[in-house]
Amino acid sequence: MVVPLEHVIALSMILFSIGVLGVLFRRNAITIFMSIELMLNAVNLALVGFSRYYNSVDGQVFVFLVMTLAAAEVAVGLAIIIALYRNRQTVNIDEINLMKN
Amino acid sequence: MSLSFLFYLTATIAVASAIFVVLNRNAVYSAILLVLCFFALAVLYLLLEAYFLAVLEVFIYAGAIMVLFLFAIMLLNLGHEDALPKFMYLQRALSVLMVALFFFGIILIMLHEPGVLHQPGDTFSAGGIHVLGRALFSKYLLPFEVASLLLLVALIGTVYLAKRKI
Repeated sequence: MVVPLEHVIALSMILFSIGVLGVLFRRNAITIFMSIELMLNAVNLALVGFSRYYNSVDGQVFVFLVMTLAAAEVAVGLAIIIALYRNRQTVNIDEINLMKN
Repeated sequence: MSLSFLFYLTATIAVASAIFVVLNRNAVYSAILLVLCFFALAVLYLLLEAYFLAVLEVFIYAGAIMVLFLFAIMLLNLGHEDALPKFMYLQRALSVLMVALFFFGIILIMLHEPGVLHQPGDTFSAGGIHVLGRALFSKYLLPFEVASLLLLVALIGTVYLAKRKI
């Protein structure tokens, strides 16, 4: 690797912050899901960077498991969103307040 | 073109496409830009010498997951998203403030020892598929099997959720 570890972690943090802002700002459930994927990828980047720095394979195993988790999460989450759309005809999370009152 | 320049160029592409993913009001454009972001991250993994993970990033994220997203967008028939209501501006400012605090907190922790930038060693032997496979099937055998169980549970859950009437 050619860059110091701090720069990799800083990039990972920037991507994670963008993902957090996406979750907080957007009202569209699909876009919120994409922001969550962005956050998972930011954490993966940090893990790969640490794996490279410590010359160990453990971080890459974690990334492998996180990718499995992300695939499962996306499948279930999108199924939930589609079921929600079928029942409420919207994916705007401000209008999905069935359990609020 | 040196490798560090390639790193910073790819990092810029990743950050810019991530910002546009969040800012864009059209979900299809967001999905396409997210694919670009994943490709940039795959290049970053290559530069960090995690070759197998770079391939997996393109296969699983840019391939499988984004196709799933595009299918969902197609099924939902989304239009343009409305702007935030007026009263949300306070929450918007607060959330920016929280993220900035998080950001600068970690920057401060990282700059605690000024002048010490951690350079990795020259040799790296853990990036190939051989080492990763050996670790997955010996030291991390139980998490690997639990991950397969998780995929099975996700499969069953998705089939149940996709039924006509829940």
